[in-house]
Amino acid sequence: MRTTGGPRTPRLSIPGWSTWLDRPGFLATLLLVPTVVLVFGVLLYPILDTLRLSLTDRVLSIPASGAFVGLANYLRALQDPEFRAALGRTFYFALVTVPVETTLGLLIALLLDQRFVGRGFVRGIIILPWAMPYIVNGVMWKWILNANYGALNALLQQVGLIDHYRIWLGYPSTAFNFVILANIWKETPVAVILLLAALQTIPRELYEAARVDGANAWRRFRAVTFPNLRPVIAVTMVVKTVWALKEFDLIYVMTGGGPANATNVATFYTYLTTFKFLKFGYGAAMAFIIVLLSLVIAFFYVRLIAPREVAE
Amino acid sequence: MLGRALLYLAVIAVVVWVLAPFAWLVISSVSTRAALTSKPLQWLPAHLDVSNYIDIFVGGGSSTSVHRSVRAGALNSVIVAGLATLTSLLAGSLSAYAVSRLRFRLKGAFLATMLATQLLPTVVIIIPMYIVFRSIGLLDTVFALMLADIAIILPLITWILKGYFDGIPSSLEDAARVDGCTRAGALFRVVIPLSSSGLAASGLFAFIIAWNEFFTAFILSSTLRSKTLSVIVAEFSSKVGVDYVAMATAGVLTSLPPVLLALFFQRYIIQGLTAGAVKG
Repeated sequence: MRTTGGPRTPRLSIPGWSTWLDRPGFLATLLLVPTVVLVFGVLLYPILDTLRLSLTDRVLSIPASGAFVGLANYLRALQDPEFRAALGRTFYFALVTVPVETTLGLLIALLLDQRFVGRGFVRGIIILPWAMPYIVNGVMWKWILNANYGALNALLQQVGLIDHYRIWLGYPSTAFNFVILANIWKETPVAVILLLAALQTIPRELYEAARVDGANAWRRFRAVTFPNLRPVIAVTMVVKTVWALKEFDLIYVMTGGGPANATNVATFYTYLTTFKFLKFGYGAAMAFIIVLLSLVIAFFYVRLIAPREVAE
Repeated sequence: MLGRALLYLAVIAVVVWVLAPFAWLVISSVSTRAALTSKPLQWLPAHLDVSNYIDIFVGGGSSTSVHRSVRAGALNSVIVAGLATLTSLLAGSLSAYAVSRLRFRLKGAFLATMLATQLLPTVVIIIPMYIVFRSIGLLDTVFALMLADIAIILPLITWILKGYFDGIPSSLEDAARVDGCTRAGALFRVVIPLSSSGLAASGLFAFIIAWNEFFTAFILSSTLRSKTLSVIVAEFSSKVGVDYVAMATAGVLTSLPPVLLALFFQRYIIQGLTAGAVKG
């Protein structure tokens, strides 16, 4: 029995398990186990194994394959004109979609920040394209662009812009740009939502102050809006660039990499090499080249978003 | 006055741009094949034909293999996305608490890893995943698809929930601990109940992402045992002589769960989206 006063500390009277549980290090370990097992098991192990595979000549259909070949696959991929062309298409895809979606997203966000009747409704439906499954998005646009019965052909002909139906996805020059259009439709809302959320955190007093100083709308945008949005714009662009490097679903559904390889981007070419031609070692090297590109961007991403968190 | 007119014109343009493509998919799903293939195109069907919806939901005599595939795919999608979300919420709330409240070594590395996983193209993890699942006989099972989904959404859930836990003052836990609660007890009795909106936001967000996942399901599944709706719709659309009305119906049904969840629980989704992509 204690003779001095003060509150009793029941924790001290229950030794064993619960005391252990109160040690931050032990508790942290315990709490992290499920996540670490799942994420490392299902994500990090495969990444390391892909790295290992990429250094071998493994071909799934040849049981005896799998010998260590060093960096041969990487050198081969970087010299492969098909893969280089595919990487070029991936960069084109990113260089068009990222600026267009960010600019369009900013314009729509600024619009939805104004006061108008039905604003809640419009802000509400803007999320629809984001929520649509990628595959349905692809099927939907493929149907709209259909050469025989597509809505785009019907619309353009009925307003007199074309005199006969076009095979939009049948020509290398138009096919890729229509895939890009489908991507812009689906991905722009993410930029709108992120930028609209950021717009709403800008203190209204800043605008009032700028107005008192006689700044017109453009100057208010330059002096107040844009500087406040800049970090979010930067993050949006980096995230979108990484997504663009990953694009696969739309290509698979809308064009299957064609016509004449016009939409055969790097991930799609990697998929074909690996799962169609079963060159697992070579495909793994291509996958890793895409990852290295993503990691360069990821590095900036992490630095932009979480300099404090990660520095801990 | 002119400014207002231009504003409304722009708003109408945005509304049409967002709604028209999806509206056309919905209209196509309740049209007849004859109406869809008429020239000039008949934009609105003379009468609604919901027979594809009925065949999918009710089955019966006129239901074809397409309708059966959609039914099987819907069940697989619900199981895969649902279980992946629940498992990830369970594991994610524990690890998010650890990251938010406790000091431990390698915390920075753990967080950076969680963030970096979001940027990996799936193509880099799918090759070994395929080989492993193939060697242990798990190819073409909902379990394999679920594990692949967890790999994608668990880091995201951890990241989003950490943000919510950071926002709950630790004085509340301290009070509970003075009353004799252990740290773990405080997590379950104080922090988790207070983060219900965080759990809802990250759960809904993760469910939509899992539901929409295509690439892993496409590689790992091969029969109706595990094919999800996205896989079935993709396959269906690439067939020659496809039935456009049935294809549109399958597309609408595949979109409805994520679209309705996103529209009804918009506040949560936006929280998840901003926390998941732009933390800080």
